[in-house]
Amino acid sequence: MIVDRNQLSCAEFQAQLPELIGSGENAAIHPHIQSCELCRALLADLETIAEAARQLFPIVEPPDKLWEQIESAIRQERAVHEGC
Amino acid sequence: MLARAQAGDHSAFAQLYSLHKRRIYSLCLRMVGNIAEAEDLTQEAFLQLHRKIATFRGDSAFSTWRHRLAINVVLMQLRKKALNQISLDEAMDPAPEEGPGRSFGAPDLTLSGTIDRLALERAVGDLPAGYRLIFILHDVEGYEHNEIASMLECSIGNSKSQLHKARLKLRDALHIRPKQEAQ
Ligand SMILES: [Zn+2]
Repeated sequence: MIVDRNQLSCAEFQAQLPELIGSGENAAIHPHIQSCELCRALLADLETIAEAARQLFPIVEPPDKLWEQIESAIRQERAVHEGC
Repeated sequence: MLARAQAGDHSAFAQLYSLHKRRIYSLCLRMVGNIAEAEDLTQEAFLQLHRKIATFRGDSAFSTWRHRLAINVVLMQLRKKALNQISLDEAMDPAPEEGPGRSFGAPDLTLSGTIDRLALERAVGDLPAGYRLIFILHDVEGYEHNEIASMLECSIGNSKSQLHKARLKLRDALHIRPKQEAQ
């Protein structure tokens, strides 16, 4: 009988998953993913979440008044500094 | 002479502000979740930058790490505010009960492949501060794990595992919440 040394339990595989995903390797070609529907679904969800994060959160422009507030705070700090 | 130096400083600083304001403000907004606080935090971050900037002038690598400096200032402010009553250091430590076994779900719970923006925003807002920060820095802002590790002074492995846990928590949150009509 041939023992597949790559065969991992779901728990073992999922323990490796942060490193596997984080290293930028293609986790989808991992033998466990090929054979396990549960972990395949998990991986797909995690990818969906990461993709959604990239697309759904726009970069926001701060209001113009913020720069005015910062400038006036800097002027105040400078005045205090020069005062002593 | 001093006045000219200050004027020079000021225009350099104005330029720095216009270069970084969007990312800094967006990060603050996502971390604190309300506009007034995000404005305060952004202002404080740039004031701190302004205080520090004189010491860093003339560095060729200036542009690459000044954003990092800005992020660090934001992080310091967030620590001071003790976001969600949890310090970031505390949140950075994996909670003991959060084993990898948490994610065993029935396949039929799989996300449909589309995520509602409001649902995701809410779920991100509910994350503990440390998880939220790593998720935002990596998945939203696009920082690499090595950059995050150096910004947060944690290991690269730690950054990877925290991000993974953040995504798992989001997955749970997005599955659990039923679709809601406008309330
Ligand atoms: Zn599995």
